[in-house]
Amino acid sequence: MTTRQPLLKVAALRKTFDNNPILKGVSFELHKGGIIVLIGPSGGGKSTLLQCINCLTIPDGGEIEFDRQRLDIHSRPALYQHRQDVGMIFQEFNLFDHLSARDNITIALRKIKKLPRREADERARLELEQVGLADKAELYPAQLSGGQKQRVAIARALAMDPKVLLLDEPTSALDPELIGEVINVIKELAAKGMTMIMATHQISLIATLADHILFMEDGRIAEQGSPAELLGAGCASKTQGFCDRLNQLSGE
Amino acid sequence: MSTSLAVIADALPYLLQGSLFTGAIVVSAMLVGLLVGILAAVGMVYGNPVTRFLVGAYVWFFRGVPVLVLLFLFYFGLFAFLGLNFSAFTSVTIVLGLTTGAYQANIFKGAILSLPAGQFKAASALGMSNGQAIRSIVLPQILRISIPAWSNEYSIILKDSALAFVIGAPEIMARTQFVASRTYQHLALYIAAGVIYFLLTWGGVLILDKLHKYVRIPGYSHQGMNK
Repeated sequence: MTTRQPLLKVAALRKTFDNNPILKGVSFELHKGGIIVLIGPSGGGKSTLLQCINCLTIPDGGEIEFDRQRLDIHSRPALYQHRQDVGMIFQEFNLFDHLSARDNITIALRKIKKLPRREADERARLELEQVGLADKAELYPAQLSGGQKQRVAIARALAMDPKVLLLDEPTSALDPELIGEVINVIKELAAKGMTMIMATHQISLIATLADHILFMEDGRIAEQGSPAELLGAGCASKTQGFCDRLNQLSGE
Repeated sequence: MSTSLAVIADALPYLLQGSLFTGAIVVSAMLVGLLVGILAAVGMVYGNPVTRFLVGAYVWFFRGVPVLVLLFLFYFGLFAFLGLNFSAFTSVTIVLGLTTGAYQANIFKGAILSLPAGQFKAASALGMSNGQAIRSIVLPQILRISIPAWSNEYSIILKDSALAFVIGAPEIMARTQFVASRTYQHLALYIAAGVIYFLLTWGGVLILDKLHKYVRIPGYSHQGMNK
């Protein structure tokens, strides 16, 4: 990490659901091109943290600074603009069921960015090509496999030219044989320098992609550092222990 | 018997004109109900507590009071009280439109709640405003899902429209009664009226069924299940 201004700065983020504190003050910084991987046990607050970063869930307290601008969470136009800058990939894909793969991508371009249909279609074609689905543009979500759906979802997010991509367990809802195609797309994005924050249990992604790991537990960052620091030989970190357990479960 | 047929043959053009009037009432009322129903459903699902209360009160009022009472209440009561000189057609359209709107609101509300919540989230995550997400993502899907229930609502409103005869609207029932009272061929004429209502119901339901198949989302069977 460099000493430049961070692209995203999160400070003391808090969120409580029904008297149940989920985030108890989370702070971190992310620089352009950086990749943070969030790991930790279920219920630790990973999803909530991601959803608070693009304000799909409005945090109760704390600050979000994006591109040197402090986000005003009470201004709707500011939130809508912020969400355009921060793309999100969901565990369950969340494609729009009534739209073809192409229109899943073009709808936001046409409705939000007001692109003419031809330009939007052209952009969708390019994005689908990038994720290897150029020939599936006409198909509807119900006609696609899980891996294909997630790749369309990635193409949909990228078409908005986000500056950061949030990925919430992007491979967890996939059949094992379909995980590879999605991982490859994510690795290509990383190679192109996409700034990302990803929650995942996928060991291969943690070790190879992360340049910073946040281990979240009980609404806090319990541990953080580079993969070398946390997963290096002989580390006695919580992260190491957690990854060992994941390895045992998956038999990797 | 031959007299009956002759009376029906004579009266048929007159009754069919009435069915045009009935058709116009039903189509207008269904469209009013569609607009009101969509707004009410969106208010019930996404609105603040005040909106939800107001919409709830509207829905319960029109579900709880008989259409005949509503017709009298509005036509002889409210509109007269407000000095509004509405025609029978306008009055019936408003009353039936608001009535079916209350039922359609519940149809659309159920459809909205049946959509996977993640799609609205995904639309928001792309930067859509709530209004954009509702218009571009929610409505196109719930309108498709709702066609069978809407077609049921059409057949109910078509038959309720017969009540319009009490305020003097020249629709099928009023015209049938008019001819019957002069010819005394009650049995034959009301059978004819019943057949006309049946054909209008059948035709309308058939058209809506075709529409439902036409706008079906590829990859889903007609039950809406993932194949």
